[in-house]
Amino acid sequence: MTATTDAPAMEVGRDRRRKEDRRLITGRTRWTDNLSAPGMLHIAMVRSPVAHATIGAVNVKAAQEASGVVAVVTGADLADEQGTLPNVWSITPDQKVPPHPSVAVDTVRFAGEVVAVVVARSAAEARDAIELVDVDYDDLPVVLDTRDALADGATILHPDLGTNESAHLVLDFQTEGAAGNVDAVIETASKDGIVFEREYEQQRLIPAFMEPRSMLCDPTGEQIVLWSATQIPHVLRVLLALSLGVSESKLRVVAPDVGGGFGGKLQVTPEEFITVLVARRLGKPCKYTETRSESLMVAHHGRAQHQKLTLAAKKDGTVTGLKVELEADMGAYLSLLGGGTPTLGAFMFNAIYKFDAYRFDLRTVFTNKAWTDAYRGAGRPEATFGIERLMDDFAHELGMDPLELREKNWIRHEEFPFTTVAGLEYDSGNYEAATAKAKELFGYDELRAEQAERRDRKDPVQLGIGVSTYTEMCGLAPSRILGALSYAAGGWEHASVRMLPTGKVEVITGSSAHGQGHETAWSQIAADALGVDFDDIEVLHGDTAVASRGMDTYGSRSLVVGGMAVVAAAEKVVEKAKVIAAHMLEASPDDVDFAGGAFSVRGTDQAKSMAEVAFAAFAAHDLPDGVEPTLEGDATIDPNTFSYPHGTHLCAVEVDTETGQVTIRKYVCVDDIGKVVNPLIVEGQVHGGVVQGIAQALFEEAVYDESGTLVTGSFTDYLVPSAADLPTMVTDRTETPATTNPLGVKGVGEAGTIASTPAVVNAAVDALRPYGVDDITMPLSPQRVWRAIQDGADR
Amino acid sequence: MTSITVNVDGASYTDEVEPRMLLVQYLREQLGKTGTVVGCDTTNCGACTVHLDGRSVKSCSVLAVQADGHEVTTIEGLATNGELHPMQEAFHESHALQCGYCTPGMIMQAIDLLMDNPDPSEQEVREGLEGNLCRCTGYQNIVKAVRAAAKAGA
Repeated sequence: MTATTDAPAMEVGRDRRRKEDRRLITGRTRWTDNLSAPGMLHIAMVRSPVAHATIGAVNVKAAQEASGVVAVVTGADLADEQGTLPNVWSITPDQKVPPHPSVAVDTVRFAGEVVAVVVARSAAEARDAIELVDVDYDDLPVVLDTRDALADGATILHPDLGTNESAHLVLDFQTEGAAGNVDAVIETASKDGIVFEREYEQQRLIPAFMEPRSMLCDPTGEQIVLWSATQIPHVLRVLLALSLGVSESKLRVVAPDVGGGFGGKLQVTPEEFITVLVARRLGKPCKYTETRSESLMVAHHGRAQHQKLTLAAKKDGTVTGLKVELEADMGAYLSLLGGGTPTLGAFMFNAIYKFDAYRFDLRTVFTNKAWTDAYRGAGRPEATFGIERLMDDFAHELGMDPLELREKNWIRHEEFPFTTVAGLEYDSGNYEAATAKAKELFGYDELRAEQAERRDRKDPVQLGIGVSTYTEMCGLAPSRILGALSYAAGGWEHASVRMLPTGKVEVITGSSAHGQGHETAWSQIAADALGVDFDDIEVLHGDTAVASRGMDTYGSRSLVVGGMAVVAAAEKVVEKAKVIAAHMLEASPDDVDFAGGAFSVRGTDQAKSMAEVAFAAFAAHDLPDGVEPTLEGDATIDPNTFSYPHGTHLCAVEVDTETGQVTIRKYVCVDDIGKVVNPLIVEGQVHGGVVQGIAQALFEEAVYDESGTLVTGSFTDYLVPSAADLPTMVTDRTETPATTNPLGVKGVGEAGTIASTPAVVNAAVDALRPYGVDDITMPLSPQRVWRAIQDGADR
Repeated sequence: MTSITVNVDGASYTDEVEPRMLLVQYLREQLGKTGTVVGCDTTNCGACTVHLDGRSVKSCSVLAVQADGHEVTTIEGLATNGELHPMQEAFHESHALQCGYCTPGMIMQAIDLLMDNPDPSEQEVREGLEGNLCRCTGYQNIVKAVRAAAKAGA
């Protein structure tokens, strides 16, 4: 038989519509809360209404007797078996990690902490019964701000630790040939140059994924099965095993369809531990689904950082050094990554700029608030905000255009690969090209002219222009680097590519998607590598019984690490198939070429298709000596380095100086994420990312009152923006391929969020410079903006 | 318990329900219509939007007993004979969804919007979808999808 194949168009680079969509637009989705098991019981949590208290008597009698209630479990009941929730990142050797029981035993340290668990036959009965659990709280003083927490005489959240400081990390960097460390550079600048200091506030945010977290544990089989709306089924399995003393082989974790995460589902949660513990104790399937109010209160928050930046520069604006001092609010306990999230920012404050000396000084601090951890960008948005706000403020100080100041200091495209002051080697980039394109799309010069004109005529609605020329590190992460940073695990990713006997393909990925479109993008990658049809590929993920190895999805790592594992696994399939095909064709493998899904003997019309080879490998009637039956490839990729997307975002806002209202007039982003697998998916990631960053700038903040109660505990008060609140943005790209992976890709999941917040705030501040405004604390509510204008006038 | 008869996605159901049961709970828990989801507890997010007698309602703010004698259409009842509703097609075509959790409610609301205004401007689409939150897409492609569906005469 002769196979003839027209070389198909390449899949990578095509605007493929997503495979995932069909089930999502027809409502045939497997969200965790849609699942049930025979005899399933429902869990509701009794949560502390106070932020800091010792727990007295917990009276569960009335609840136990309530209709449908099967059990009420307290912290004391679980004290011997619940262990402590894990923290996996020791940012310093002496980092202080307090014990964190899933159900509080003797003290509660933030409002919302679980103090008892009700299990009932229906969800409604469980919720009714939590009202009947009577808990005595002896209030303790609350500490809500990191500065107060570090002050002498502050109430200590964890008395055994003796301090509210979890860790103090200092990283001192200087380039080869630098005149000295950052202190010396600042000293020099104070004599012959400029020392420029600013403090900024990264407010506390809530990831606010749309699907509330849900988990279902079935302990009745040979394995305990946990379905959970998580980003990290593999990591969760390992940590459940280590923390609860269950054999890992007796655990299966499944993340079915997961409705968004943004880092918020990158956690090992009390609720998951409780669901497993209670199901195991009762020997019955148990499900817990949080309410939105619970989700906003206790699912981890993000950002929450005081920043103090000191820049040293020459008089012409050439930056020579940077000192960064941070206080990061950990909340009441150390989360999974804990201080590791702000630590990721350590490598990004220097951003796209060249200078000689840099110090990163971080204190991680406990307060009586919900714990914090990764939120889209995780440490990098905070760093980018700090440096990009600083560059705009410094440009104003010098009377320079903010883009001109950046150009003076950024790495020029011909200088790549470039080793930054923080020690990372940026492989590629072209800041000039992205900026030029963005300026043109934006109409930068015209808008500057309009701004000047409005200033001249004292228009009550002022125009401001904000710049953000960001970079970020993606593709978390080289395991060796994670090890050097004392992170407990590696950063590799695994994939299997299986040719089925019928010629169809299964791609199994350890990267667990929750909206990113892996099923489509991985199919495109595998289609090209194997020469098979896009529609003949099925991508499987999110179940530890199916995808046996994995490190899951976060840190814009999926494509750069997980996608490369698919490439490598497919290459192994082709390699093995070639040997079989050569045997079938009675030729030497050296004389066989593979193209367009067919193996052909060079210089002849003799060929075998991939499907024919797959069947031959399955039948195994006549395989070459030493070749095992079946056709599949396995690959685990551990990247050598990070990837470095970058881009230029320009924002124009109109600020009504009489009302304080900030309205985005134009938003242009030009991102360079290297080669693109699916432009449609990329554009969607940018839109959503930019909007989350705009939301931080203008709308969102987790607000606590003085007693430590979360005031923004529902979507009525926590302002996730709606379509009506947002502009239509202009997106475009430049393409400077990464040199560190075979597809030249860099990752895009977090870029928009990292870039956009400083662009928006810079624009608003720029609009109000003539009013004496040099900073406005986020979110830029009309009241805050109006107040900043009044305060500026008073100065 | 109260007895109700409701037509959901073209089939008639008679059930005993608690008076406090919400329509969304009835759809999900009693009928297994899990295409309609719950995203909040304050009627802000719109994830649970369905049609009641042809107009959009947030099914978390309607009691099951209020649906007695009425007709409910959920996302699961939109396609006919395996053929997607034009709004479903438009969401797919315009990449108007990522995680997809808000999508059923968003589609139901978008269809309602076009009933009132068959050719909305971009701003009118944005305002018409104000009661439905999405955390993934930044709404840009949702707006595009709704306008594309309008052009297609959805």
